[in-house]
Amino acid sequence: MKPIITAKDLCLWYGQSQALKNIDIDIPECSITALIGPSGCGKSTFLKTLNRMNDLIPGVKITGTVKYNGTDIFAQDVNLLRKEVGMVFQKPNPFPMSIYDNVAYGPRTHGIRSKARLDEIVEQSLKDTAIWDEVKDRLKKNALGLSGGQQQRLCIARALAVQPQVLLMDEPTSALDPISTLKIEELASKLKEKYTIVIVTHNMQQALRISDRTAFFLLGELVEYGDTDQIFSNPADQRTNDYVTGRFG
Amino acid sequence: MKKSSNLFENLVHGVFLILGLVTIACVLIISLYLIVSGIPAILEIGLVDFLFGTQWASTAAEPKYGILPFILTSIYGTFGAIVLGVPIGVLTAIYLSKLASESVKNIMGQMVSILAGIPSVVYGLVGMMVLVPGLRKLFNIPDGASLMAAIVVLAVMILPSIIKMSVTALDAVPGDYEDASLALGATPEETYFRVSLPAAKSGIAASVVLGVGRAIGEAMAVMMVAGNAPNMPDSLFQSVRFLTTAIASEMSYSSGLQRQALFSIALVLFLFIMLINALLNFFLKGEKKG
Amino acid sequence: MISNRRKLFLWTVRGLMSLATSLTGLLTLFLVGYVLIRGIPNVSWELLSTSPSYLSDRIGILPDILNTIYIIIATLVIVLPLGVGAAVYLTEYASNKRIVGIIEYAAEALSGIPSIIYGLVGMLIFSNNMGTCLMAGALTLVIMNLPVIMRNTQESLKTVPQAYREGAFGLGAGKWRVIRTVVLPGCVDGVVTGCILSVGRILGESAALLFTAGFAHVANGFIEGLSSAGATLTVALYVYAKEQGEFEVAFAIAAILMILSLLINLSATMVTKKFQRRNQ
Repeated sequence: MKPIITAKDLCLWYGQSQALKNIDIDIPECSITALIGPSGCGKSTFLKTLNRMNDLIPGVKITGTVKYNGTDIFAQDVNLLRKEVGMVFQKPNPFPMSIYDNVAYGPRTHGIRSKARLDEIVEQSLKDTAIWDEVKDRLKKNALGLSGGQQQRLCIARALAVQPQVLLMDEPTSALDPISTLKIEELASKLKEKYTIVIVTHNMQQALRISDRTAFFLLGELVEYGDTDQIFSNPADQRTNDYVTGRFG
Repeated sequence: MKKSSNLFENLVHGVFLILGLVTIACVLIISLYLIVSGIPAILEIGLVDFLFGTQWASTAAEPKYGILPFILTSIYGTFGAIVLGVPIGVLTAIYLSKLASESVKNIMGQMVSILAGIPSVVYGLVGMMVLVPGLRKLFNIPDGASLMAAIVVLAVMILPSIIKMSVTALDAVPGDYEDASLALGATPEETYFRVSLPAAKSGIAASVVLGVGRAIGEAMAVMMVAGNAPNMPDSLFQSVRFLTTAIASEMSYSSGLQRQALFSIALVLFLFIMLINALLNFFLKGEKKG
Repeated sequence: MISNRRKLFLWTVRGLMSLATSLTGLLTLFLVGYVLIRGIPNVSWELLSTSPSYLSDRIGILPDILNTIYIIIATLVIVLPLGVGAAVYLTEYASNKRIVGIIEYAAEALSGIPSIIYGLVGMLIFSNNMGTCLMAGALTLVIMNLPVIMRNTQESLKTVPQAYREGAFGLGAGKWRVIRTVVLPGCVDGVVTGCILSVGRILGESAALLFTAGFAHVANGFIEGLSSAGATLTVALYVYAKEQGEFEVAFAIAAILMILSLLINLSATMVTKKFQRRNQ
């Protein structure tokens, strides 16, 4: 499969401390890539670099290149990059407005004004995230009235509504109960037919269940990157072995 | 021994209870005094003639006590100050809360506090000496002391409370919302206007209501720039009298029914303020609920 | 690149925000600068140290300065125990949520009432019984400043850790002893902040004083001053500017008020910072 995101020699500093060290990685299209590693290993930092959410933090310095579809992401317009590379956060964060307005927010921002077109996008996005049947009768109700799991699926729908190519997920199930978690996982497996998903997770089983490729980060380094089956059954690096067998972390 | 110390503790408790109730007593006494002294003139003049009479001529041989000009002036003046002051205040607040560097934020915070601390007579003085002649020249009118001058002064005076409360409300918007919007490819400006601003709406609404309260209650600054003729406010450039200034300008030499009518005006003003307070509480509760 | 329509929005709101912020800043600088420039040249030792006299055609603001100081002292002396006591009641004694709610609502109502209404009611309650005098003005100001002292004390009482109280109760101390030794010392910062804010409000107040304290310009001693009519600096400014057309004196007073209000701002900031550091 051809890579959609390519990072070469990527380093990142928060002020004096280096959070990412010479990361080289190719992320293939239409697949799920899991980023695993102990807290503070740099996996979330790496994820946030891919749609430049780190730009917002003062004192961040980045060297090396990240290419999306062959173009340098740092040379691109950041807003258009983020339209292509969407993000779902750890804690569900719907806007304090109606369900409809949440999903329509992105398309409206990018210039879609037609009511019919917006209706269509909202319906399609909510169907894609398998939440349509639950909310179709209360689209005008405030999104904060939904349960945590529903809110997270709404946030995924909101991200899909701008028709991205890539979906970055930062521990999207860590705030959810087991049943909601399962639903999100099923959703991710279905979405990879159309989208490339990069997911940060603390949950080994989750990585094993849903991902095609797994990258193991430790202290800002990419220790090992390969097919998920291989990483979990036959890791090349001793540190990976220790981590996936639960010896530390 | 035990008993006496219990007695002592109960005594202390009682003293603090009384101190706590002083506040309530003050509100009750103020309301009571205003109602008792405000009602007689309204009864004598007639509620409709008093509230909707368009002519105030308290010292004429055949006195007229219609306060509609004052009510309308207060409403127009407050409305004008809000129209002028709120956009400036809210735009400044968004800039300070979201975009300004730490040092700009600090300096402007000081500026806003200074603005809030300037006594109203000083606003009045500067208004009298700069704004009033300025308006006269600018619009080529016989006298600059007018509704317009009062609106400008009031707009400046409500600016600090609007900015301060709006900044607080905007600062309290969870960063999560803003991140989500940015991650959808919205620019920071789009994010602050379409997500942060709606999320902070009850706090900002409360700041506007607070501004309304300030503007409608201000007396001295307005007295110095509005001209004080009891005209119906037909034009922005007319000399007008507010509810507050109606009380202040005649109180020192009034007597009899005229004096009682001034108390009735105070009662009307008080009712306006109570209405605004209730509204403010409503928005602040909305703010707490999120 | 993003669409032109979005760029237009971007530049418009950026422009508007910069405009609004600089307008606010420049306005403040203008007000402060204008008042100081027009006022300071008129401030002279003679102005500060004499009383007005028609005989020698001289205006002095010493009485107004003294009146302002007297009224600040009288107000604070009365309002402090009331405000602090109310706050102690609310945080330490009141167990009934309804009473707390009503008292807090009353305090909010008090801070929303315009000063001209305070002036009127103060005149009815105080001046009509004790005559137009500084004391009547001070009592009116007491009611106005009650919420300020109460709220600031209350805020800082809330930051006194519960463990201190429990510790003192654990040693067998009675409630009053705990309040006196542990709770009250812990709220000094709130009381100080409240006092500074109140001084600022008293200094700037005029509408509430016109009909309660009057506008005489006679220099008196403290006790005599409180029982006779007198103008504070703000009231004097109003009278000189509006009734007598003495703009030079008005600007001189305005400049003095401006400097005092800058000092009050400065000390409020410093006190807040100092206590914040200590609390951390």
